[in-house]
Amino acid sequence: MMSMKKLKIFAGALAASGLLMAGPALAEEAKLDSGDTAWMLTSTALVLMMTIPGLALFYGGMVRKKNVLATMAQSFAITALMTVLWMIAGYSIAFSDGGSLQSFWGGLSNAFLVNMPVGKINGTIPDSVFMTFQMTFAIITPALITGAFAERMKFSSMLVFMGLWMLIVYAPITHWVWGGGFLGDAGVLDFAGGTVVHINAGVAGLVSAFVLGKRVGFGQENMAPHNLVLSIIGASLLWVGWFGFNAGSAVAANNAAGMAMAVTQIATAAAALSWMIVEWMLRGKPSVLGLISGAVAGLVAITPASGFVDPTGALVLGLIAGAVCFWGATGLKHMLGYDDSLDAFGVHGVGGIVGALLTGVFARKAIGGTPGLIEGNAAQVWVQFEGIIATIVYCAIATFVILKIIDMIMGLRVSKEQEIEGLDFTLHGETIHD
Amino acid sequence: MKYIIAVIKPHRLEHVREALASIGIEGMTVSEVKGHGRQKGHTEVYRGAEYVVNFLPKVKIEIATTEDMLDKALEAIQEAARTGQIGDGKIFVLPVEKTIRVRTGETDREAL
Repeated sequence: MMSMKKLKIFAGALAASGLLMAGPALAEEAKLDSGDTAWMLTSTALVLMMTIPGLALFYGGMVRKKNVLATMAQSFAITALMTVLWMIAGYSIAFSDGGSLQSFWGGLSNAFLVNMPVGKINGTIPDSVFMTFQMTFAIITPALITGAFAERMKFSSMLVFMGLWMLIVYAPITHWVWGGGFLGDAGVLDFAGGTVVHINAGVAGLVSAFVLGKRVGFGQENMAPHNLVLSIIGASLLWVGWFGFNAGSAVAANNAAGMAMAVTQIATAAAALSWMIVEWMLRGKPSVLGLISGAVAGLVAITPASGFVDPTGALVLGLIAGAVCFWGATGLKHMLGYDDSLDAFGVHGVGGIVGALLTGVFARKAIGGTPGLIEGNAAQVWVQFEGIIATIVYCAIATFVILKIIDMIMGLRVSKEQEIEGLDFTLHGETIHD
Repeated sequence: MKYIIAVIKPHRLEHVREALASIGIEGMTVSEVKGHGRQKGHTEVYRGAEYVVNFLPKVKIEIATTEDMLDKALEAIQEAARTGQIGDGKIFVLPVEKTIRVRTGETDREAL
């Protein structure tokens, strides 16, 4: 006869195994899983950290001292603005059911989060957690764009641009891929935002760089990073935070999250090494900026692939991404002659495109449910290509139009005198006293 | 009274300070400056963008001395600052009209 204590343990184990095997039945009941929820709460914090202070520091260290506060202020202000706009309309556009327009946008039925009561469960986590998690993506994507027009854009115009861009470009494209729209339906694989975040931000950055033009003195003046220590710290925070970005995109504390974390780490390391080696061979010295840029390139490229590839695929993907993004941030820029100050397109755009395509190559059915080229499914590469093109075309056109309209109404660039004196004082009235 | 301005390589500062202290000169003003003579700068590369840095970090030492200490001070500075490599720096000597100790109001020789 079992003791009461043993009986309780036995019953608990039985119940737990029943839960594990019940699968689909539980999903329909939308039952909250505290493990999943705890992880997603954590992931949300990690991804927010990627913007503040991760990206703020990464970019801040790379600009000249007279612009460091202004550069970091962009990330911080965007965090605040996107939070509010996501709550007001962005989340609804991205993730609600748009009825007859569902292929393209989610509509405004959940504006002001009216459909997010406290008890609502989304999958196995509270809907509120999912909303906030996705919010952090809507925050970092516009923040990435700022790298392209660093050191020359008006703060006011930047805020207006970012607000419109998030609602008109980011939220709809999110809907297309993750919110029940046509790209997701077509089978585009984008686990954590290769198209939604990186190609999107990268292309918007490229368009911005062309529309705003080059910095005063570009090509002649010394525009060296004023403090790479900040950038190293920023890049490190991005790396650590990215576990929330990729592994968090499993929206559960499960095998998918575990594998996503593993492949993220492997690809990032591989890319850091490959950028470092390429630069070492071509330039004679492995720069610290190159090392951290390589890591970021790897993080970007593994983003869409993180739920679909295995460690070996991640390794190869990372090695390729590091080398290609090195070219994107050096050769490509000089070839086309634009001033993408902090390589928003060179690293995020190029890395996102490389990652999205290689997702179609290295996807394994056992990992994410869909086979890629290496398992005989060459068609997936084409599907990925469709997703990439759709993102690029819509983002480029919409970004261009938004910028041009803002330019007509309030201008985009600061004056030449302001640019020369520095944005910290001319836009914010503050300077560094060191 | 003479005023010595010596622009030297930063890593020689401590040697110069010790050399001056050993001949009895304790007071000096030091600033971090940039400059070059015939020494060429260097090139830094950031993500493919090359920046030529013409001005190199130097240290400027300023001291006031009496006429009788001038030659010993110059010799001390030059020997301590010299590396034999290009970019060792220059020393300038200027006349000084007046020197005053702020705390006491003493002037010239008594102010040193």
